[in-house]
Amino acid sequence: MIEIKDLHKSYKIGKNSLHVLKGINFSVKEGELVSIMGSSGSGKSTLLNILGILDEADSGTYHLDGVPIKNLNERVAANYRNKFLGFIFQSFNLINYKSALDNVALPLYYQGLPRGERNDRAMSYLEKVGLADWASHKPNELSGGQKQRVAIARALGSHPKVLLADELTGALDSTTSYEIMDLIQKINDEGKTILVVTHEEDIAQMTKRIVYLKDGLIIKDEKVEQVRALSHV
Amino acid sequence: MFSLERWQEIFETISKNKLRTFLTGVSVGSGIFILVILLGVSVGMQNGVEDQFQRDAANIINIYPGYTSLAYKGLNPKRRIQFTDEDYELALGDKEEVVYKSSVYQNRGGLTSYKKEFGSYRVEGVMPDFQYLESASIIEGRFINQSDIDNAEKVVVIGNRVKNDLFKDKSPIGEYIIVTDLNFKVVGVFTDPGGEREESRVFLPVTTTQVVSGAGNKIRSMGFTLPKIDNYEEALAESQKFTAEIERDLKAKLMINPMDTSGLYISNNIENTKEIYQLISAMRIFFWFVGIATLLAGIIGVSNIMLIIVKERTKEIGIRKALGARPISIIGMILHESIFVTAFSGMVGLILALSLLEFVGPLIETDFMVNPSVNFSIAITTVILLIIAGAVAGFFPSWRGASIKPIDALRDE
Repeated sequence: MIEIKDLHKSYKIGKNSLHVLKGINFSVKEGELVSIMGSSGSGKSTLLNILGILDEADSGTYHLDGVPIKNLNERVAANYRNKFLGFIFQSFNLINYKSALDNVALPLYYQGLPRGERNDRAMSYLEKVGLADWASHKPNELSGGQKQRVAIARALGSHPKVLLADELTGALDSTTSYEIMDLIQKINDEGKTILVVTHEEDIAQMTKRIVYLKDGLIIKDEKVEQVRALSHV
Repeated sequence: MFSLERWQEIFETISKNKLRTFLTGVSVGSGIFILVILLGVSVGMQNGVEDQFQRDAANIINIYPGYTSLAYKGLNPKRRIQFTDEDYELALGDKEEVVYKSSVYQNRGGLTSYKKEFGSYRVEGVMPDFQYLESASIIEGRFINQSDIDNAEKVVVIGNRVKNDLFKDKSPIGEYIIVTDLNFKVVGVFTDPGGEREESRVFLPVTTTQVVSGAGNKIRSMGFTLPKIDNYEEALAESQKFTAEIERDLKAKLMINPMDTSGLYISNNIENTKEIYQLISAMRIFFWFVGIATLLAGIIGVSNIMLIIVKERTKEIGIRKALGARPISIIGMILHESIFVTAFSGMVGLILALSLLEFVGPLIETDFMVNPSVNFSIAITTVILLIIAGAVAGFFPSWRGASIKPIDALRDE
């Protein structure tokens, strides 16, 4: 599903250049639940941004579902993000003045779906994350866990190939974190490919494979015995 | 581009920022309001000036005598010039292009009475064509005719004001009035677009006036019109050629130095109109300039606000882009909002200004301004101006919005 080879990325900070990714080789198959672990500055967010087509690598190749991701213009990049990827952020990034339903329906609007179909699909995903009763509420009327559920519903709604989650439990207490991870595991059980960036060991243990990143290089890549989040709740 | 969803988004963001949108709208609305009012005023001034000129035929040429200022052929300067019938005939010559023509003899006093009513009015001896030179129209009876002239009949045509003063509601036709101690028979009443001042006049046949005041063949002045020519420059050239010829002939006959500028005065209405029209068009350009500058201030206001909106919504735009919004849809969203706010508030300003002109305009009637109003094409022009203004105001902010990188916008602070 994801194929990257010898990926390099450096940032210019003033006159100095900061080499963040120093040759990453990494692939993810369909249906995997992978976590990328590393301390801050290890390059995990940069890697996720490149995977999310929000940023572009300096060198190396990146194939997403067989499609080369290289030198895309804004329009095509937006189109790929919309079709291939679902994002889940630490700070949820919901649009405050839109209801939960409208938030979930937003990517579908950019896919050009007619209004009725959009709302039906958005509603079905809100049901899936257990928030059907909250559809008309604005984000500021929801708890942190509920907001993240809405964000997950939004990410799933556009039927992406891969879900990318950046510290998705970073703003949540541990009980809520486990509930969210339980949801993530269930979605993965249905066959969705999911990448989770985290620096929390217990969250990483709930995935099926952990990739350790340090100073821009992968230092360890191992399959783990998945801990079911439900056992913690 | 103008889908229902886009409209919903715009109304959502506007309702979120009511005060800000309202204030922005006020700046554009007042800009367009001022522009339209100014344009209306300039039309009003033009109407006012045109009304002033309607007092007389637009292309009338009047020739008055003066005092010489230069010595000529042994004659001293400061000599008073007096026109006679012969001068009138000479000026007219065999010029076939002349449409209306009249010599005028003016009495000094003008005490006019009918029974117990009396008043002092301008009394002038004129020819039949004088009606057209003055743009006067007859409301009762007739004007002076050629037979009155030939027989020096003691008849009189009075202005509407004179009739109202002396006769009230009674018909004056056939009645006798006393003008400077002599009886004259009223044959007609006229009205003049110049208003009351021009209607406080009494016209006699020029020959009669000469006889009763023992003036022989003296006349006071003469007036002519040339055929109407639509092209202004051409009309001006024709009239100037005409007056130059008359000036040359009269100066030769009356022994006035050709260089003398005060021996006779030629007033050419076409020349006068030119200056007025130039003034009006200069004023109109000035008004457009002021109006557009005001509008520009409003547009810059909108642009500024939209920039702030983009700044405030940076994160939201980043989210939208991460979710698959194409740059064009971001540009469209901001441009659409900008055009909508500008066009809507501009329309409100336009409608307010138009209704003010519509209801208050007709009440304004001073010497220099009559019925300020704007026509349909000016209204359309301002509407188009508004749409363009909205697009211009939204352009830079939307461009800034489209160039927001989601990765920067979404970075957790």
